[in-house]
Amino acid sequence: MALLEVRNARLYYATTKGVVKAVDGISFELYEGETLAVVGESGSGKTTLGKLLTRVWERNVSVADGEIYLEGKEILHITEEEFRREIRWRKIAMVPQASMNALNPVIKIGDQMIEPLLMQGTSRDDALKMAMDALESVGLPRDLVNRYPHQLSGGMKQRVIIAMSIMAHPKVVILDEPTSALDVITQANIMNLLKKLKWEFKLSYIFVTHDLSLASELADSVAIMYAGKLVEIGGAEDIYGNPSHPYTQGLISSVPTLRVDKNLSFIPGEVPSLINPPAGCRFHPRCPFYRDRDYLKGLCDAKEPPMMELGSKAGRKHLVACWLYK
Amino acid sequence: MRCYMPVVFDDTPWVRKDDLVVVHRLRTYYTIKPGFFAKPRYVRAVDDISLGIDRGITLAVVGESGSGKTTLGRTLIRLLDPVSGEVYFDGHDITHMKEEELKKIGFRRRVSMVFQDPYSSLNPFHSIHFILEEPLMVQGVSAEEREERVFKALEEVKLTPPEDFINKYPHMLSGGQRQRIAVARAIITNPDFIVADEPVSMLDASIRVEILTILKDIQQRHKMAFMYITHDISTAKYFSDYILIMYAGQFAEYGPFKDVVKNPLHPYAQSLIEAIPDPDPSNRLRERKVAPGEPPNLANPPSGCRFHPRCPYAMDICKRQEPPVIEARPGVFVKCWLYVKK
Repeated sequence: MALLEVRNARLYYATTKGVVKAVDGISFELYEGETLAVVGESGSGKTTLGKLLTRVWERNVSVADGEIYLEGKEILHITEEEFRREIRWRKIAMVPQASMNALNPVIKIGDQMIEPLLMQGTSRDDALKMAMDALESVGLPRDLVNRYPHQLSGGMKQRVIIAMSIMAHPKVVILDEPTSALDVITQANIMNLLKKLKWEFKLSYIFVTHDLSLASELADSVAIMYAGKLVEIGGAEDIYGNPSHPYTQGLISSVPTLRVDKNLSFIPGEVPSLINPPAGCRFHPRCPFYRDRDYLKGLCDAKEPPMMELGSKAGRKHLVACWLYK
Repeated sequence: MRCYMPVVFDDTPWVRKDDLVVVHRLRTYYTIKPGFFAKPRYVRAVDDISLGIDRGITLAVVGESGSGKTTLGRTLIRLLDPVSGEVYFDGHDITHMKEEELKKIGFRRRVSMVFQDPYSSLNPFHSIHFILEEPLMVQGVSAEEREERVFKALEEVKLTPPEDFINKYPHMLSGGQRQRIAVARAIITNPDFIVADEPVSMLDASIRVEILTILKDIQQRHKMAFMYITHDISTAKYFSDYILIMYAGQFAEYGPFKDVVKNPLHPYAQSLIEAIPDPDPSNRLRERKVAPGEPPNLANPPSGCRFHPRCPYAMDICKRQEPPVIEARPGVFVKCWLYVKK
């Protein structure tokens, strides 16, 4: 059984300009000890997907529905109180984007770390011990609990944030761009740490990133998002070796590689607005196949493509939402 | 008027004296004064850097944040004043030239810069037309010619048809379009030398390639000297001829780009290159062998080699004495004790 199963999840925001369909009908499964990388450009809804799973919502959320099962139990429609006590931090934790800069400069690291545990009724001594254990497992000294954020470097702060997320031994950790704003060597060190934690604690990650190269550092499977929709999902070997959606193909051929020589290409056009997305397949205005093949006219621009299953080399379901495969 | 100069400097043999841009033993420090009567302290952002860039050549300057790469770029186009060393541009010593003298040799027209963040480098109150026209107005170009060159610049950065863009304001454009405007502004005076400081790091993956292609096209067509400052070697690969790797304000390794990337010698360069992932699903199964720790504070850098606290091969001498720059392979220079022959 899948550890986490998401079925047709949607999260819309109400703004003065209209309803932003940031996550619009997404389904996937996540297994224990595995990592799903969610890759997309800015404005594709990937961060919102992470927020949906932890129920950290902005005030202007207008629609949040679908079904999310964690270990077989539905968690999207339970009360906030129950979610806070049972799920958040204990089952699903999150490393939000740029959160290392959100550490409070006037509170000691230890006191910041244990705050969510105290809220859940853990005693101070126990919580402090859990914090120290977590610091140790991310490779920081235990006495760091008595220091202040300004005494730490950027990489250390990010390690503190990762320690906070694994402190209560969650099953699923959502990593939202955990290495943005870090230097490349520090980034590699943090990725090494995340791999170690994954192997050691059998953690499942949902790794949200815009960087396909970085995604391959952790991903067992990859989900490609475009304009609030999942366009392709499958095992890492399938996505990198046999990208099938035209958007995935474009994205992969635009990634510069250091060791292999290849010609780069890019996807012309812009990511569409999520308020008024294109009809049919949301990628069709930028799609090279739609432009070149006449039989796709009237199909891609009118009807939304369903998820279709392709053959897989990785032993995982390889699904793609594209009319080319009908 | 070019004065006669021998081919290379004796103490920095990787720098050709007849390159368009020549930098010799450059040091740029920032001053911090903790209090009014306190003794000033120095942040040694660029500490003994030498390089040369000729027309039609791209030099990638690579390093982590705080390595001094941006300070170096800004000193080269005299946005910052160095404390010692020399900068030559087309044979003129511009290190301490006054602004009027710079004007006499057309320096401000002949160099320009593309900044990192297209969201803050374009004035939101100015139209695209004015943003592009302004450098020409300063040069005293006639209105007619300005108009023509604005159109031409927009076409060069593939914002076509130009009529659709000239009356817009920056907020009406996407990040990629804005960065193209920034590139158009940089090339509108027909410069000989461009410093591009992380021009694609703020952009989405699918747009990066577009900007890189445009930059490469323009550089090749106009045979400009080009300095590409970045922390990401993989984007530099597509149009760099030479690479300079900096660490903590200092020289680490210099050489032909492909040669250095394929077989880096300095332990820092090795870490930096090892740290960069290529999209490959087998990455998840292995750990990367990179140096632990983070770059030092430049107000108080480590003694000897600045990399020694993080270096896996650190020896006794590395802690005591700064290493010399050695030609370890033909054309590849490295500042490391490992390659000094005893």
